[in-house]
Amino acid sequence: MPREKIPRQPMPEQDPQIRRRNFAEVPFGYSPEIAQLEAQRCLFCKKPKCVQGCPVGIDIPGFIKLIKEGDFAGSARKLKEANALPAVCGRVCPQEEQCEIVCVVGIKDKPVAIGRLERFAADYERNNNLVTVPDLPPPTGKKAAVVGCGPAGLTVAGELAKLGHKVTIFEALHQPGGVLMYGIPEFRLPKAIVEAEVDYVKKLGVEIIYNAVIGRYMTVDEVLESYDVVFLGNGAGLPYFMNIPGENLNGVYSANEYLTRSNLMRAYKFPEYDTPIAVSKKVAVLGGGNVAMDSARTAMRLGAEEVSIVYRRSRKEMPARVEEVHHAEEEGIQLQLLTNPIEIQGDDQGWVRSMKCIRMELGEPDASGRQRPVPVAGSEFEIEVDTVVVSIGNGANPLVSQTTPGLETNKWGNIIADVKTAATSKPGVYAGGDIVIGAATVILAMGAGKIAAAAMHRYMMDIPEPVEAPQAEPEKS
Amino acid sequence: MNQILIKKVLAEGVKELVISVPQIAKARKAGQFVIVRANDHGERIPLTIADADAKAGTITLIFQEVGKSTLLLGSFKEGEFILDVVGPLGKPTHVEKFGTVVCIGGGIGVAPMHPIACAMKESGNHVIAIIGARSKDLLIMEDRLRNASHELHISTDDGTYGTHGFVTDILQSIIDRGQKIDLCVAIGPVPMMNASCRLTAKYNLMTVVSLNPIMVDGTGMCGACRVTVGGKTRFVCVDGPEFDGHQVDFTELVKRQRGYLPQERASKEQFLHEGPRCYEQSH
Ligand SMILES: Cc1cc2nc3c(=O)[nH]c(=O)nc-3n(C[C@H](O)[C@H](O)[C@H](O)COP(=O)(O)OP(=O)(O)OC[C@H]3O[C@@H](n4cnc5c(N)ncnc54)[C@H](O)[C@@H]3O)c2cc1C
Ligand code: SF4
Ligand code: FES
Repeated sequence: MPREKIPRQPMPEQDPQIRRRNFAEVPFGYSPEIAQLEAQRCLFCKKPKCVQGCPVGIDIPGFIKLIKEGDFAGSARKLKEANALPAVCGRVCPQEEQCEIVCVVGIKDKPVAIGRLERFAADYERNNNLVTVPDLPPPTGKKAAVVGCGPAGLTVAGELAKLGHKVTIFEALHQPGGVLMYGIPEFRLPKAIVEAEVDYVKKLGVEIIYNAVIGRYMTVDEVLESYDVVFLGNGAGLPYFMNIPGENLNGVYSANEYLTRSNLMRAYKFPEYDTPIAVSKKVAVLGGGNVAMDSARTAMRLGAEEVSIVYRRSRKEMPARVEEVHHAEEEGIQLQLLTNPIEIQGDDQGWVRSMKCIRMELGEPDASGRQRPVPVAGSEFEIEVDTVVVSIGNGANPLVSQTTPGLETNKWGNIIADVKTAATSKPGVYAGGDIVIGAATVILAMGAGKIAAAAMHRYMMDIPEPVEAPQAEPEKS
Repeated sequence: MNQILIKKVLAEGVKELVISVPQIAKARKAGQFVIVRANDHGERIPLTIADADAKAGTITLIFQEVGKSTLLLGSFKEGEFILDVVGPLGKPTHVEKFGTVVCIGGGIGVAPMHPIACAMKESGNHVIAIIGARSKDLLIMEDRLRNASHELHISTDDGTYGTHGFVTDILQSIIDRGQKIDLCVAIGPVPMMNASCRLTAKYNLMTVVSLNPIMVDGTGMCGACRVTVGGKTRFVCVDGPEFDGHQVDFTELVKRQRGYLPQERASKEQFLHEGPRCYEQSH
């Protein structure tokens, strides 16, 4: 008898008209019943394609099976064997281009909702106080230092602690999490969840020293005097600006500043919290990526009347996740596509009043394969704005590399690290995450962290590098 | 860490805190600053290190109570802890034997000027210090600057002490007496730095200023601290805080410093009305 087909289970979420003015999380997550229903859609493939699509190789059918069987905490433990931050990844990973895109159920139907199930298991474990810490091996007596408490650094720290090493994280800011805390907004990733996941890493014995800007507080060489090995996971924290006139007017922000004020400093609760942020009527966000969507949706929640995304190419080329663009549009954010700002204009007190833009059209494909936008002559026009958030990307922050002799960087300032070991040009120093590959994703930073931790363990314990496996692993997409 | 060991009132609304931060005390150099956050709800504000004692593991912060955050910090007592102290930040002052260095400090700017004068003197320079304030009661660190210099001049705007006039008037008279000057360092309110630079530009005297824009992280991550120097955008927290004063766009700097004036006023009112609230003092 053919099994009745179960459709992919939607995740309930806050109504757009209500959520556009609050900072509470947008989706509500699955109930246990719905999660078990969704888990039944998995075919538990012998050679699961989804696992190959996962940058950290989570045993996906394994954790889904435990959900199906009702062992939710067991499912969360299974997830944590490969991924120390499942509640984060279940929320922010682009599953539609990693595991779900290759899921075989997706060939004829919609793929299994792997991300939503991951989120469910991790939330269930946390909300029911079922988080357990694995037994730790006896201490090795070795000490590892980690620079930066973002996903890359947290992963390295967790992995090394589980191997019995003493780990200290040096973090520049006053809170852990890196971009998870200062960049990604509360309504997409509640900060209490980040704190809980960091707590788990702390329970493994990891020490975090806040307010420690490596390169100033101590140099990497000074750190190496007291530690056997160092991991650099200092992220891609250097905001790019457009270099157009008027960018230093009041009311013009980098996305990093706008989001840091709102998230890390809780400016959305001013004056209960002391850090202020612009009170805006008309906001323009420049750029078409996820960070632009986060900035625009934050502006809306801060009370702006009109928020638009100004992007120089068309919708098709927008680097943001389709889901995020959809969420933004539902919340009333306008897209001004094929539009490029050329000048920001202000009043005599130095406040932004308007922005001059030019229409663009798509020409020949460029190096990235996307059609190059070219300005349409004579199409300049002005829009009224009082806040502009520049969200056109981030480069590598040079603070660490400039103060570390012997550390090689590429022409963009990214630290050069071996793909298989994360080793840098400086002995005992490893690096991974955004500082190596440029602004990317949480899961890629975590993947690099796992590779680095394994190599750092071998380095500290004098274990030789493994010889190349005779059979190459299947290509990961 | 971060405990307040000594607290003094230097002048009306001007407080001095000596705090225990051993690693910062060891690592810091003249010209660098820290960012402090008083409590869990506080904002991050930059304060220049006015003095440090590596052996005792302490640094000295001197600030004027102007808004909520400095008022709050000024309400802390000896023995209490500041939640977050980050540093040392910024590039250290470029110190070498230049010859004769004139160090000009205006108002609260005398505090950040102090370690620079010390370092210049230690490196064998002849240091002429000029310090000024609006009035005698507001003049700070006279004794310490006397020690840090070979020659000390004082001015007050109202003539209650020292020369009646501005620090720039004294600078002018030093130039007029034919003094050979190899470097000027001017720190204080923007109008004072601007006036000093306009004067030294006339005589082609290299002048370094230390800028104090609004900051958030202090690591080059946000760009809140951007200023225009020589037509280019620079981040004060990592590229500065010191720049060639003849290249700085002071007009823009003043406007950017006023970026949150309405919110700052509201915050201050509320604080003066309700007093400090109790917030988390640990991580
Ligand atoms: C607004 C925004 C939204 C995003 N949304 C998503 C998303 O939905 N999904 C996704 O997968 N990815 C997303 N990303 C990208 C993702 O967050 C990053 O790729 C990821 O966080 C990189 O991790 P990391 O550990 O390399 O660096 P980071 O997270 O940047 O962490 C670096 C840490 O190092 C610290 N540090 C820096 N310099 C020093 C120093 N000198 N000394 C000590 N500490 C230092 C920093 O303070 C920071 O805490 C987003 C990014 C942003 C900005
Ligand atoms: S590919 Fe899809 S169906 Fe197969 S194991 Fe993975 S999630 Fe289940
Ligand atoms: S304060 Fe953020 S970049 Fe300088």
